[in-house]
Amino acid sequence: MKHLLKILPLIRPYRWHLLGAVFSLAAITALQLLIPGIIRDVIDEGLVAGQLQLLVRSAALILALGAIRAGLAAVQRYLSEWVSLHASYDLRNQLFNHIQNLPFTYHDRAQTGQLVSRSIEDVSTVQNFLGFGAIELLQTLFMAVGALTLMFTTDARLALIASLPVIPLVIQTTHFGIRSSQMFYAVDNALGQLSARLQENVTGAQVVRAFAREPYEINRFKHANHDLFKARVYVVDEWAKVMPTSVFLISLSTLAILWFGGQMVMAGTLTIGQLVAFNAYLLLLATPVQELVWLVNTAGEAAAGLQRAHEVLDHIPEIRSPAEPTPLPEVRGGVTFQQVTFQYAGEEEPALSDINLAIAANEVIGIIGSTGAGKSSLVNLIPRFYDTTQGQILIDGVDVRLLDLTTLRQHIGIVLQTSLLFSASIRENIALGRPHAEMEDIITAARAAQAHEFILRTPQGYDTVVGERGITLSGGQRQRIAIARALLLNPRILILDDATSSVDTETEHRIQQALKSQMQARTTFIIAQRLSSVRNADRILVLHEGRIVEEGAHDQLLKLNGRYKQLHDVQLAQHAEFKREIGQLDSSPNA
Amino acid sequence: MTTTSITPPAYVQQDDDDAPRGFDPQVSHGLYSFARPYLKQFGLSLILMVIGSAAAVAGPYLVKFAIDEGIARNSLPALGQAVIWYLVAAVVQWVATYLRLNIMARAGQSIIYDMRARLFNHLQNLSLGFFSRYSVGRLIARVINDVTSIRNFVTWAIIAIARSLFTLVGTVFVMLALNYRLSLYTFTMLPLIVIATIIFRNKVRSVYRRVRAGNSWVNSVLAENINGVRVVQAFSRQAYNYNRFRNEVNRYLLNNNLHAARLISIFFPTVDFISTGAIALVVWLGGAAVMSADITPGVLVAFVLYIERFFQPIQELSRRYDQFQATMIGGERILELLNTPVEIQDAEPAEELPPIEGHIKFDAVSFHYSDDPSTPVLEDISLEIQAGQTIALVGETGAGKSTLVKLLSRFYDPTEGAVRIDGIDIRTVTQNSLRRQMGIVLQEPFLFSGSIHDNIHFGNLEASYEDVQAAAKAVGAHEFITNLREGYDSQVEEGGALLSVGQRQLISFARALLADPRILILDEATSSIDTQTEQQIQAALALLLHGRTAVVIAHRLSTIVNADQILVMLNGKVAERGRHLELLEQGGLYYNLYRMGFQEQASEAFSD
Repeated sequence: MKHLLKILPLIRPYRWHLLGAVFSLAAITALQLLIPGIIRDVIDEGLVAGQLQLLVRSAALILALGAIRAGLAAVQRYLSEWVSLHASYDLRNQLFNHIQNLPFTYHDRAQTGQLVSRSIEDVSTVQNFLGFGAIELLQTLFMAVGALTLMFTTDARLALIASLPVIPLVIQTTHFGIRSSQMFYAVDNALGQLSARLQENVTGAQVVRAFAREPYEINRFKHANHDLFKARVYVVDEWAKVMPTSVFLISLSTLAILWFGGQMVMAGTLTIGQLVAFNAYLLLLATPVQELVWLVNTAGEAAAGLQRAHEVLDHIPEIRSPAEPTPLPEVRGGVTFQQVTFQYAGEEEPALSDINLAIAANEVIGIIGSTGAGKSSLVNLIPRFYDTTQGQILIDGVDVRLLDLTTLRQHIGIVLQTSLLFSASIRENIALGRPHAEMEDIITAARAAQAHEFILRTPQGYDTVVGERGITLSGGQRQRIAIARALLLNPRILILDDATSSVDTETEHRIQQALKSQMQARTTFIIAQRLSSVRNADRILVLHEGRIVEEGAHDQLLKLNGRYKQLHDVQLAQHAEFKREIGQLDSSPNA
Repeated sequence: MTTTSITPPAYVQQDDDDAPRGFDPQVSHGLYSFARPYLKQFGLSLILMVIGSAAAVAGPYLVKFAIDEGIARNSLPALGQAVIWYLVAAVVQWVATYLRLNIMARAGQSIIYDMRARLFNHLQNLSLGFFSRYSVGRLIARVINDVTSIRNFVTWAIIAIARSLFTLVGTVFVMLALNYRLSLYTFTMLPLIVIATIIFRNKVRSVYRRVRAGNSWVNSVLAENINGVRVVQAFSRQAYNYNRFRNEVNRYLLNNNLHAARLISIFFPTVDFISTGAIALVVWLGGAAVMSADITPGVLVAFVLYIERFFQPIQELSRRYDQFQATMIGGERILELLNTPVEIQDAEPAEELPPIEGHIKFDAVSFHYSDDPSTPVLEDISLEIQAGQTIALVGETGAGKSTLVKLLSRFYDPTEGAVRIDGIDIRTVTQNSLRRQMGIVLQEPFLFSGSIHDNIHFGNLEASYEDVQAAAKAVGAHEFITNLREGYDSQVEEGGALLSVGQRQLISFARALLADPRILILDEATSSIDTQTEQQIQAALALLLHGRTAVVIAHRLSTIVNADQILVMLNGKVAERGRHLELLEQGGLYYNLYRMGFQEQASEAFSD
C-alpha cells in the first residue's frame, strides 16, 4: 500500500482542483447529514404538534437542499474526474517518454507486452482510483466523522454503544487494504505472463504447427491460465470474507440503537424523532461502509499499478546526455577506439576485447567476421546504443560520452540489421530522422537506396501506408527504405549493419553502385557477409571472437594469407565454378 | 484544446467494431454454453441472493415494528422481539452474502478459465492464413480484455441485476402494502428519470465511441514505439514522438474523456435530485396523512427509508446496462473467434501416417486463397520427389514457392489435386502424425522465451540433454552456446539481442535436426549467415539431408547446385525443372536468373 504515496507528485499540479472537489464533497456530506434532522423535526414538531405549515416548509427545504447538493455533486464529480484524467494523462506521458529513452540494454531484456500493459492497464487503475475511489473514500471518512459527531451530540451514551462495531470494522478494512495491493500485484503479473505466452504463440504459430507441438503449448498456457485463476480466486476469497462482515458490523450498530435507544425513549430520555434520526445517521454511514471494501480494493489496485509503473519509471537510463555536453560545432567524422572492451550484461565473455582503431574522416571501413564475432557490437558503440565497459570512443577527438546524445546521433546514419517500419506512409518512414524534410530530398534519398521505383509502384506511391496496419513489403524493400531513411540524414558517419542481406544480388549491386557516391564525403562502416560488399573499402577489419585479427585493404589482407584469404578462396571457388559454367555455356552453341 | 482539431488515423476508427448493441440471442446462447457447467452454482447463488435480499429488505420493516409496536406502546417484549429478529436477519444476510460471493466468484473465474483455454486451443487449430489476417494485438485484446469484461459481468453483474430487480420488486410490493397513495407519489418521479436517461444516452454514445478510438490509438502508438525503440533512438526521434504522443494521441483521449466526464457529472446528480424530489413529496403529503391519522408515523419513517431502496436499484440497473452492452460486444467477438472455421481439419476417421519413406507426389495441384478465388497462387503443379532426394525451389518472390511447401506440410489444402506422401493423400491422415515426421526451418528463425535447451528440445520432447547437445554440436552451435554465461540454460529473451541472427538460425537448425524428420523443409535459411557459418551449416546440412527427402527454397548457389532436382517457379507454375547443368544448358529462365543473380556479384568481387 505504501506505493500509493507515489500518487502525490501526480496530483500536486492539480491540487487546487482537487481542493475544490474535496470542498464540494464536504459540503455535500454536510447537506446529507442535515436531512435526517429535518425529518426529525417533521416527526417531533410537525406531526406531534400538527403543524401543516412546517411540513410544507420541510418538504421545500429538502427539495432546495437536494438541488444544492445535486449542483455540488456535479461540480465535485467533474473536478475529481478532471484531476484523475489529467494525472493519468501525465503518467502515460511520463511512461511513454521514459520507455523511449531507456537504453538498448533495458529493451534487450524487456517484453513488449509487459511494457504496454504498464502504460495502459496500470495507468487506468490509477485513473479509476483518483476518479472514483479516492473521492469516495474521502466521502466515507467525512460521512463517518459527521455522522458520529451528530450522533454524539444527540446522545453520547447511545452514540458510544452504536459506534463500538466500527472499531473491528476499521481494523478489518485496514488489514484488507494492506494485503490487497500485494494480491493485485500478483494478479497483474499473472495476467502479464498469460499475455506474453499468448503473444508468443501467435507470433510463432507456424513453428508450433511445424513441430506438431500444439499439446505442449496448450499445456504451457494451461499453467499460466491456472496461475491467474489462483491469483484471482485468492483475491475473491478475501473479498468474500470481508465484504459481508462489514455489512454485518453496521447492522449490529442499528441493533444496539433499537434496543438501547428504544428503552431510552420508553424511559423518556430520548424522543422518537431523535431515535429515528439516530438510525438515519447510521444508515448514512452504512451505504459508504458497504462500498468501503470495494474502495480499498480500488486503492490496492492503484497501489499495485503505481508500483509496476514505477518499476519502469525508476529505472534510470544508464545512457544519457551529460549535464554539460561538450559542443561539437562541425563534425568531420574521425572515429577513434581506444582500448575498447565491451561486455553485455549477464554474459560470461566480452563481446569486444581491446579494440584500438583510428579512423580518419571519410574513410570507408569494411567489417567482416563470423556470426557473433562482435561486428554489430562494434558499430553500436559509436552512437552510444551501449557504453563501453572499458576504454573510450572518440569522435573528432571528443569522448562520445561527453557529447549531447541527440547531437551525436544526428550525425550518424545507421541501417540496422532488422529494418523496422512504422505504421505510417513511406514518406514519413523515410523522413523519420528529419520529420520536416522536403519531398525533393526524400525522393533523392529513395533513389540512392534503389527504392524510388518500387515505391512508385505501390498503390499511393510515397503516401502508401506500410507497417502492421498497411501494405506488406518484402524484406528487401524494407531494407531499402531503411537505407533511404539513413541517407536522408546526410550523416557524417554512415553505418550499414548487414543492410543488404535480404535483397537479391542484383539489387544489392545496384544499391552499392548508388552508395558509392554517397560514401565519398563521409565516414562509412559496412558490415557484410559477402566480401564483394567490402572489397572496395579503404580498410577491412576481420573480427574474430571480439578481436580484430586482421586489418588492411583487400590486397594487403590477401597477402597475409590468413582468415580473409580463406573466406576469399571459398567465395572465389564458388565464383570460379560459376565462371566456368557460364563460360562453357556462352561458348556452347545453344546458349 | 478542442477535441475536433485532432483526428486519429482511419485505422483507429475502423477498429471500432464495438458500437453499442443490445441483447443478441445468439450471443447470449453462446455465452450460456460456457455458463452451463456452472448452472448449479448460479441457482444456488440466486437462492442465496433472494434470502440475503429478503433479510435486507426486512430491516426497515423491523425498525417500523420496533417503533410502532415496541417504543410507541412502551412494550419492551415487542422491542426485544424486533431486535432479535433484526439480529437474525443480519446474520442471515451475512452468511448468505458470504456464500454467494464465494460460489459466484469461483464460478465466474472458472468460466473465464474455460473460455481462455477454449480460445487458446482453438487458436492452435486455426490455419496459418488466419494469423496473417488477425493482428497479434487484436487477438490479445480478445483473450484478455473481452474475457475480462465477460468475467465482470458473470461474477458481479448477473447477480447484481437479479438483486436489483428483486429489491425493486420487493420494495414496490412493500411500499404498496404500506400505503398505495404514497407509493404512487413516489412513482410519479419515474418518467423524469427515464427521460433524463434517454437524453444522456443519446449524448454520451458518440463521446464514448471517440474514447474507445482514443484508447486504441494510444495502445497502437505505444506498442509500435516500444517495438521500434531502437530505430527511434537511432534517429533521435524521442522528442518528436513524445510531442506527438502528448499533444495529439494522448491529448485526444484526454479531451474526449473530459467530455464524457462533463456529461456524467450532470447526469448522476440529476437522477439523485429526482429521488430527493420523491422524498420531499412524501414528507409533505405523507406528513399530512399522518396528521389526518391516515397513517402512523412509523409508516412515514419506513417509507422514507424505502424510497432510498427504490431508487438505488434503478440507478444500479442503469449502470449495469453499460456493462451488459460491453459484455454483449465482447461475447460476440469471442464467439466470432471461436466460430472461425478450422479450415484444415483431420478427416473423420483419420489414420496415423505410418513411418514415412519419403516419396512425395504433387498430383495436378492447384491452389487459391478462399477469399480470393480469382487469383490462382499455384496452377496445375505435378511433381515427384523420390525418397532421399533434395529438391530446390527457385524463383522470384510471389512465384509460389512458400505456398508449395505449405501445401506439403498441410498448412493449406489444395483447391484441386492432391499431395501424396508414400502414395497416401495427406488429407486422409492426422495432421499430428504428418508434421511429427517433418522438420521445417523458417526463413526468420523464431525462438520462444525460455532456455536455449528448451528451444532445441522443442524439436523432440523425448530427447535427452545429451541429444540436445549432440544436435547443437552437429550444426556448430555448441561452441557459442557454451560461451554464454549459463550455457544451455541461458534464457532467450523476446528482444533476442543476446543472440545474433545467425546464432538464432543455428539454434533453429539444431531444433530441426533433433526432430530427426523424414522430410525436411528449408526456407532460405542461409540467407543472412556469414560465409564461415554458412560453410559450417552446409556441412551440417549435408549430414541432415542425408537419408531424408528435402525441399529447399533456396537463393544460394551451393544449395541449388547440389540439389537432385531444381524447380524454377514462375507465377504459380513450374516453368523449368531439371538439374543445375541441364537447366543452364536450356538457356531459359533459370539461365537468366542464374546469370543475373551471380554475375554482377562475381564481376564486382573478382574482376582481377
